[in-house]
Amino acid sequence: MSKVCIVFDRLRAEEKMLQKEASDLGHDAVLLDAKITQINTDSKKENFDLGDVVLERCVSYFRGLHFTASLEFLDVPVLNKFEVANVCGNKMFMTLLLKKHSIPTPKTYFSFSSESAAENLEKVGFPLVIKPVIGSWGRGVMPLKDRDTMEAIFEIRDITDSPHDRIYYLQELIKRPPRDIRIITIGDQAIAAMYRKSSGGFKTNIALGADPELCKITKEMEDMAIKASKAMGGGILGIDMMEDDEKGLVIHEVNNTVEFKGLARVAQRNIPQEMVKFALDYVRK
Amino acid sequence: MNCPECDATINIPDDASVGEIVSCPDCGADFEIAKKDGSNVELKQAESVGEDWGE
Repeated sequence: MSKVCIVFDRLRAEEKMLQKEASDLGHDAVLLDAKITQINTDSKKENFDLGDVVLERCVSYFRGLHFTASLEFLDVPVLNKFEVANVCGNKMFMTLLLKKHSIPTPKTYFSFSSESAAENLEKVGFPLVIKPVIGSWGRGVMPLKDRDTMEAIFEIRDITDSPHDRIYYLQELIKRPPRDIRIITIGDQAIAAMYRKSSGGFKTNIALGADPELCKITKEMEDMAIKASKAMGGGILGIDMMEDDEKGLVIHEVNNTVEFKGLARVAQRNIPQEMVKFALDYVRK
Repeated sequence: MNCPECDATINIPDDASVGEIVSCPDCGADFEIAKKDGSNVELKQAESVGEDWGE
């Protein structure tokens, strides 16, 4: 019998599903709240009940990332690895890695001040989509369709002046059906996929009300998803694709702490069970 | 138990776990289950959605 530790900061259905599947497979599963866990430079893994492998599931990206760093300091196997979480949590780092590995991805422009971003936008032409380099659920993702919108958004960024607002990540607006595709990859397998249909606007985030619909994984989708997973460093990931009218499939995002509650209800494969099995196999290797 | 904000009754499911979020049906405030020992439940203010929340 093995033991899986599920680290959380907000206990959601996903974490409970993982716990149940571990138990159903005959293993122990322990839930650990990152918010009340204290680690110091003299800590040893024996000081904590971390089991054989940790599934890091914090909803807060920075909390999860730094907790993962602590776990790796303690020589505890954790999924996903720090380097994977670090890259996937930052859209710019993730996009650069996708392109470096020749994975089709929307053309993206990077600027490091509002003046430079505005100059680039005037040169490239409207519209482009602005995305915060850190953040999820579609927050702060906006199409910049004209100069007035651009100036308003950039002014707000200059006023709020949070560190990541100084990084301007502007992406081509993909001409596509009003949906995108989310594929969950576990190791080198594409486990399940869904279409996320827009509920009116151009965003397709489930968190914003997009309708999920089961998607049959084609060979092309699978190959691209696995290639993207390997480019990030592997593990348990959510790969987001769009169907460009001209270029075909493009990957626009790779998610680190993948949410699967909706997809798990309709997927043929047992997503949380596959995650637990993978975690235990990972530590046996 | 009663909502710490508006005193309305919040029903805590028997199978709820520490760390889970419960919402007040009247005022909508979110609380995290901090401790649970049988029917004795302690709630604390849930964290609000952060800029870095999400997948």
